[in-house]
Order: sequence, then structure tokens, then C-alpha cells
Amino acid sequence: MVTYVFLAAAALAIVFGILAIAHRSPIINVLSLVVVFFAMAAIYAVLGMDFLAAIQLIVYAGAVLVLFLFVIMLLNIRSVDRLGSGRRLQAVLGVVISIAIGVAAVLAIATLTPANGAVAPGSGQGTAFPIGRSLMTTHLLPFELVSLLLVAALVGALVLARKETR
Amino acid sequence: MWADAIVTLIKLAVVIGVLLTTVPIMVWVERRGSALIQDRLGPNRVGPWGLLQPVVDAVKLITKENLVPDGVDRFLYMLAPAIALAVALSTFIVVPFGYGKGLTLFGYKVHGFIVAPDLNIGILYIFALAAFGIYSIVLAGWSSNNKYSLLGGIRSSSQMISYELAMTISVVGVMMASSSFRLDHIVMAQTGTWFGFIPKWNVFPQVIGAITFMVAAFAETNRLPFDLPEAEAELVAGYHTEYSSMKFASFFMAEYINLVTSSSLIVLLFFGGWTLPGVATPSGWVGAIFSLVVFAVKVAFFLWFFVWVRWTLPRFRFDQLMALGWKVMIPLAVVNFLWIGIAMARGIL
Repeated sequence: MVTYVFLAAAALAIVFGILAIAHRSPIINVLSLVVVFFAMAAIYAVLGMDFLAAIQLIVYAGAVLVLFLFVIMLLNIRSVDRLGSGRRLQAVLGVVISIAIGVAAVLAIATLTPANGAVAPGSGQGTAFPIGRSLMTTHLLPFELVSLLLVAALVGALVLARKETR
Repeated sequence: MWADAIVTLIKLAVVIGVLLTTVPIMVWVERRGSALIQDRLGPNRVGPWGLLQPVVDAVKLITKENLVPDGVDRFLYMLAPAIALAVALSTFIVVPFGYGKGLTLFGYKVHGFIVAPDLNIGILYIFALAAFGIYSIVLAGWSSNNKYSLLGGIRSSSQMISYELAMTISVVGVMMASSSFRLDHIVMAQTGTWFGFIPKWNVFPQVIGAITFMVAAFAETNRLPFDLPEAEAELVAGYHTEYSSMKFASFFMAEYINLVTSSSLIVLLFFGGWTLPGVATPSGWVGAIFSLVVFAVKVAFFLWFFVWVRWTLPRFRFDQLMALGWKVMIPLAVVNFLWIGIAMARGIL
């Protein structure tokens, strides 16, 4: 069951991931990205990490991509350049780097075991309680640093958006 | 395994049936209610008190010509109402609509009156799906190739992003007070009384949170005084201007189903769900039916409240709406959850 759901979600994510960069209409690109995030949320959910799945949808599909769509509609961008119409060097470098990242990721995942930090499916490590507890105990400093970074970004956005009144 | 699947299917059928039946009833209540408030008669020709008017309306919508205007993006134009209805129908599966613990039906366990009994994220699931509801409105506005629709779509996306924040933050206090995301746990945490006469409902310690949640619910369901996405006087009908027949009806049904879900959430989060203060819910089917009735009455009151407010208040201006969302609602919601945090740390709650 878990395997089949995973395979379906992974296939969906790959197909729509390609569509997200290859289709000419920016609206279709964003919507494909929504499907990709939905498939990732499904993978989280089937691994027993329901909290992460919900957060994935709320933050990315619900907030970030709606903003993307908002900007595209506001600027009324009807089409973008076809895939591969950029510089040749860019395309070659992009392919090489993405293959390298893919290989590195597969190697890293293949060597992961529960002993060295991997989380077993269905262990409940992705639900709200263990995440909250580890954020407040073992990972308190990084958590606070990220909060500080977000506040700084918020203040920066406010300064940029402020009307000049003098 | 199969028994559970069949029980779940029965629950799904009941939930969808009830939700879809509520739509015509709410349309009737809305039209008669607005007439009552505006000192008119309202629909009164078809059936006693006009009760059959929604049926006639439904027949009209189904048999109307299924028109697709020229120049629309056909795929997205068709997708938008489908998303709206799918999201509206699927949010309700985490809503516990009665007390069904330990019940059996023909020897099979019912697992409580909730379609997805073991989903730990509960309320977060509703927020995650509600986030998809925005896409239907935005896409409808964009794909219609009509400037009024587009304006409606853009307005609604900014409105919903703004009010979703206030809504989510105002629920944090409730989650903290009952230390669970699950709506059935949240209801169980609200049984009993303080000082013997104040029911232990979240609305009393968290009155600020309850108010911000309700106001945000009006904005999220696009109802007056926050119906800027479809403001008739300025945008024709906003994002669904170009929609007719059943595609329009899908938006219409989604709006009223969202209304039912929002009212249920208000009842579950802040007004004790299916419990009554001072009355212990009896066990077995008697208690189950009792809890269903209590829940239905409470939800009905808030449905009427939505209608009542819609026909009482005028519409906001768009900048006022945004200022209210960001400068009033979000700070108030933060005050609410800070107060709950302090109260819990001090042991007051």
C-alpha cells in the first residue's frame, strides 16, 4: 500500500515537475508546481508525517504559490520563453549540475539508516509533538536564529514597501 | 478492513448528502431572511412559504444552456468550479459532528461520527485544503478573460491570504488550550464548567480569538461585509461573471458548503461542539442522537448568524479591508494566543 501510493505520488511529482519548467504558460507552470507540492505532501502523509504534509500544503501551496499566481496575474504575463532557448553553456552547466545533485542525493539517501539519523516510516517522528519538542529542546538555538532571520526579512520588506514621507 | 471501508463509505455518503441538502435550505433561508430583514416578502409563490423555490432554481440551473464564452482559457475555465466544489466537499471529513464513541452498527464499529477518525492533524487538514480553495477563485477570474473577473480574482487572492493568517493564529490559542489538533479532542476539552455555572467553552477565556476567527471566517467565505471579490455594484459578479448553468451552480454550492464548514468550526472550536453545559452526554445511540441534535442546532444558529450579518452590514472598501486584516485582526489574534500562553504557564487555565 505504502509503496503503491509512494510510486504514484513520485510519478506525479516528476511529470508535473517537468511540466512546471517546460510549459510555456506561466499559469500552467505554477499550477504544475502546486501538483508537485501536493504529491510531496502525499509522500509525507504516507510515511506517517501528517504534520509535515499539512504544513507543506499550507505554506507552499496555500501561501507561496498563491503569491506567484498573484504576481503573474497582476503583470499579465501570457507566455514565457520556450525551454532551451537560453544560452548553450547555461543549458549544459544546468544539466551537469542537476545530474550531480541527483547522484549525490541518491547516494546520501542510500547510505542512510535509522542508526545514523534516518527516520523510519510510520515512526511518528513527523507529527507535531516530536517536532515541537525537538524545536524547543535540542534545536532551540537554530530555531531562534531562524526566527530572528524571519523578523529581519519582515522588517526589510516593510522598509522597502514604506512610502517616502518627508 | 472491509467493514471499516464500508462504514467509512456510509459516513461519506451521509456527510455529502447532508451537505448538499443544506445548500437549497440555506438558499431559501438566505432569500427569506434577507426579505425579513429588508421588510419584503421574498420568494413565496412556489410551495408553502416559497419552500420549493430552491428546487425550481436547481431545475433552472441544470437545464440552462451550458455556455462557454469566446476567448476563455477552456481548461482552466472548466477546472476552477471543479476545484471549488471538490475542496468544499472534502474539508468536512475531519469535522466530528456528534458523539459516537463505542457505537456499533450491526456489530461493526462506527469509530465516532467523523469520516476520518484517526487523522491527527484535524484542523490543519482543513486549513491545508482551504488553501486550495483560493485557486478556484483566482483561476476563475484569470481564465474568464474579463477585466472584472480578473479584478475579482486578484482581490480575493490578497484578501484570503491576509485573513488566513489571522484565522490560523486565532486558532493557535484553542490548540494550546486543548493540546491537540484533533477537533474531537478540542470538543472533549470543553466539557465541564468553571465555578459551577460558566461552561468550559473556549469562547469565554478566548473571546478575542473567537471574534477574530469569526470575522476571518466571513472573509474566507467571501461573504458581506467582505464580499469584495464579487462586489456586484463594481465588478458585475466578480470572478464568476462569465459562468452560467451548473458551472455557476458549482461555485454557488461551494460557497454554501463552506458556510456550513465555517459554522461547524466556530461551534467546535469555541462553543463546545456537540456538548451542552451541565448535561452529560448519555452513552449509546440515545447519546449519539442527542449530540447530533445539539450540534445541528448550534450550527444552524451560526448559519443564521452569517445570513443576519450579510443583510445588516454594508460592504467595506478594499483598503479598509486590508488595513483591518493586517493592522487589527492579526495583532488581536496574537494578543489572544499570548494571553493563553501566559494563562497556561501561570496555571490560570
